[in-house]
Amino acid sequence: MKSWRKSYTKSKKRPALLILALGTSVLLSSLLSLAFGAVSIPLTEVLAVFLGHGGETQGRIILLARLPRLCGCLLAGAALASSGVIIQAVLSNPLAAPNVIGVNAGAGLAVALCCAVLPGAVAFTPFAAFLGALAGVLLVLFLSEKAGASRITLVLAGVAMSSIFSAGIDAVVTFFPDALAGYSDFRIGGVKNLSMARLAPAFWVILIALAAALSLSNELDLLLLGSETAQSLGLPAKRLRLLLLALAAALAGAAVSFAGLLGFVGLLVPHIMRRLVGEQSFPLLLSSALGGAALLTLCDLLSRLLFAPFELPLGVVLSLTGGPFFLWLLLRQRKGGRA
Amino acid sequence: MIRLQNLCAGYPGRPVLQDITLNFLPGEVLAIIGPNGCGKSTLLRTANGLLAKTAGQVFLDEAPLEALTPKQIAQKTAYLPQSRAVPNITAQRMVLHGRFPYLSYPRRYRQQDYEMVQKALSWVGATLLADRPLPQLSGGQRQKIYLAMALAQNTETILMDEPTTYLDVSCQLEVMALSRRLAEEGKAVVLVLHDLCLALQYAHRIAVMENGRILQTGTAEEVYLGKQLEQAMGITLGRVETSLGYRYFYK
Repeated sequence: MKSWRKSYTKSKKRPALLILALGTSVLLSSLLSLAFGAVSIPLTEVLAVFLGHGGETQGRIILLARLPRLCGCLLAGAALASSGVIIQAVLSNPLAAPNVIGVNAGAGLAVALCCAVLPGAVAFTPFAAFLGALAGVLLVLFLSEKAGASRITLVLAGVAMSSIFSAGIDAVVTFFPDALAGYSDFRIGGVKNLSMARLAPAFWVILIALAAALSLSNELDLLLLGSETAQSLGLPAKRLRLLLLALAAALAGAAVSFAGLLGFVGLLVPHIMRRLVGEQSFPLLLSSALGGAALLTLCDLLSRLLFAPFELPLGVVLSLTGGPFFLWLLLRQRKGGRA
Repeated sequence: MIRLQNLCAGYPGRPVLQDITLNFLPGEVLAIIGPNGCGKSTLLRTANGLLAKTAGQVFLDEAPLEALTPKQIAQKTAYLPQSRAVPNITAQRMVLHGRFPYLSYPRRYRQQDYEMVQKALSWVGATLLADRPLPQLSGGQRQKIYLAMALAQNTETILMDEPTTYLDVSCQLEVMALSRRLAEEGKAVVLVLHDLCLALQYAHRIAVMENGRILQTGTAEEVYLGKQLEQAMGITLGRVETSLGYRYFYK
């Protein structure tokens, strides 16, 4: 028995090491993100600012500009990537991701409407985004269950819904031009001009939803076996799918509420992590959250450094770096006969 | 023990099962056979509570099925569905899922769960596959792992929907022999089978279905002599006596 337990523990070692490596990369990319930008600040000075005895100018740059930005990247990356893991598992569809099936766009429309109807109610936007994302994800669930939609139909329907929601955002912005300040930034996605106060509601939503999703990782594993098998193992599959999709909507919605329509993280990161840690949900969720956080932080750093002192929008850098990498991954997978 | 009494079930606008009365007895392999679409899989799904009945009753150990929670049902009945997903997890992790009905929050597996998993893997002869990822296994090996998961559930009744489909002959015989061994241990084993010869050779009792109804229930001998199976399937069966008993074949 002991040797069997030993081999089981050994099989868990690889994900644990990867999670440790990802945690370290989040830490390092965070330090780099705080230190570099239009003005470079030595790491010792960065630490001094946090210890309360740094220079005033550096302190203002780090605490008022770079720290909220970093927190935005960490939160949005972790939230969108883990939302992608949940949606893909629940819909049994590796092509599903919050930006692909209209969840992000649904959240975006809700945020636009919220800003138009209740200008200045910033604290309310994560809640509105959650409702929009939930509406998007429930429509997808309805299509997949009631219409008996196949995987491809599901994605096509998601793309169509995404277009409808995006048209809705355009319409809101046309009638209420001041609704979304920096509309193009919102559309492309980014973490500029954030404050810790603006991030606070989204932080709590993401923290609670991620913790809940991790605590339900065993149930998520069972859903991967298919609804019938999951149910026959005593899982109330229908209720659980709804609950997990609500968590995915909360995660994606909270991210959209401050970072706009950032695409790709929810598709790219789960795919990479699935190849590295397999499909077991706990390590997959954790590694995707860390991977998403590190990826967005590094992309944000690149967006500031590539053409400094000018900045590229984060969404542009993310697509330009993540897109080719994802294509390379697909081609490599195809060569390996696993497409 | 599962007891079906005047059971009717089906899908919206399409009734399938009509007035089914059948018992799944401990210590017995029961094979359900019949033409495609006659309701064999629907029968298993309804007996396990996966599909709601429209009339009649399903009793699990004399308690109406609807009075039990999904976990209580899963502790008494294991079900191997026809279509099986192949997630990228190790075989032992897959088998460990069979212990889910016994977990309470926070869902940590206990020593007895690991012991049961090891026992189930050894039962199906798959101990050496434990650390292999499921997608890397052959169809027969995956089937064994699914079976091990059902065994890890440690239930009194095991329902299997077409457990021999897509398997080579040697794997089919292994599955059937395993079913007999499970019955000898006192479990009720119910199999939906398409291979009539396997069913007649291995099952203690056979239920012949047609158009959502049970035409006949009996031993292989009774079913062979009754000729209702031949009428339902539109075939002619023959048999030869060997030292190991009768062997059946299509004419």
